[in-house]
Amino acid sequence: MIKNIKFLLLGVFFAVVLSKSQAISWYRFYEMFTFQSFHMFGIIGGAVVISAIIMQLFKSGKIKDINGNKIVPKPKKKGVISTVFGGTLFGLGWGISGACAAPVFVILGFKFLPALLILLGALIGAFIYGLIAKKLPN
Amino acid sequence: MDFLLQPWPWFIGGPLIALSLFLYFYFGQNFGASTNFETLCTMVGAGKVSDYFKKDWKQRDFALLFMVGLMIGGFTSAYFLVPNQTIDLNPTTVQELTDLGFANVGESYFPAEIFSDDVVFSLKGFLILLLSGVLIGFGTRYAGGCTSGHAITGLSSLQLPSLLAVIGFFIGGIIATWFIIPILF
Repeated sequence: MIKNIKFLLLGVFFAVVLSKSQAISWYRFYEMFTFQSFHMFGIIGGAVVISAIIMQLFKSGKIKDINGNKIVPKPKKKGVISTVFGGTLFGLGWGISGACAAPVFVILGFKFLPALLILLGALIGAFIYGLIAKKLPN
Repeated sequence: MDFLLQPWPWFIGGPLIALSLFLYFYFGQNFGASTNFETLCTMVGAGKVSDYFKKDWKQRDFALLFMVGLMIGGFTSAYFLVPNQTIDLNPTTVQELTDLGFANVGESYFPAEIFSDDVVFSLKGFLILLLSGVLIGFGTRYAGGCTSGHAITGLSSLQLPSLLAVIGFFIGGIIATWFIIPILF
């Protein structure tokens, strides 16, 4: 637990970055989905490009983790229906509320009750998924 | 100090998000946020109803601590670090939303039409927030990730499922902003 306190500090840092760069604002996501602003594309695109370089350093073994182990990102589960259709459902919720999985916790600090309601919905959604996961395609 | 109080441009935000991803992996874990929804379900006893949630949540203590950090960082930012929430929006965006009936567009991070306590206690506002949440929770778990896990971690490690998921995110987001928001407001 104590050795993982660094994740708490990283969470604080990440929340400040998202807040300061306006990447938790409903308006910024509305602008992104209507292609009326470069801001969010710059943030996400910039993060992806730099992360791709970091991933290459992980892959080549040039950078190891804090315990000296090779860093290997977990392979994402495959399946065209689950990723595209699941992604679309998430996109609907994201587009309407402007919240996604990390920002919803940050937004609690800005708009407590509305964010709490989104979070409650997300737990219900994850719970429904868990109940029917075996019956879904992929 | 001045820098800390000004809004940060995309070319500061993007690299610092990449730095967060780097540190998360460097600390020995896989960067992502939406698995926390499942972990929280497990913690409140969902394992009694479905085997899917019978997991040892203590193994995910790092992710829960990250989540607590996000909340602390959110409150800190809201009260101390973002004194001015005005957003420099595209005038087209401002006009579009004003025409839909939104007031004071871009004068704060969140529109009062969706994010205010009054709205939470109205049936329409309650359902909009709750059902958006259900879509976020269900969709991220079905797709296997969110913006952090798929768009940033997955795309940057060149994983095809993440590209498909991000295409899905945009299909959903475009339907929501182009068609659903104009119907709702």
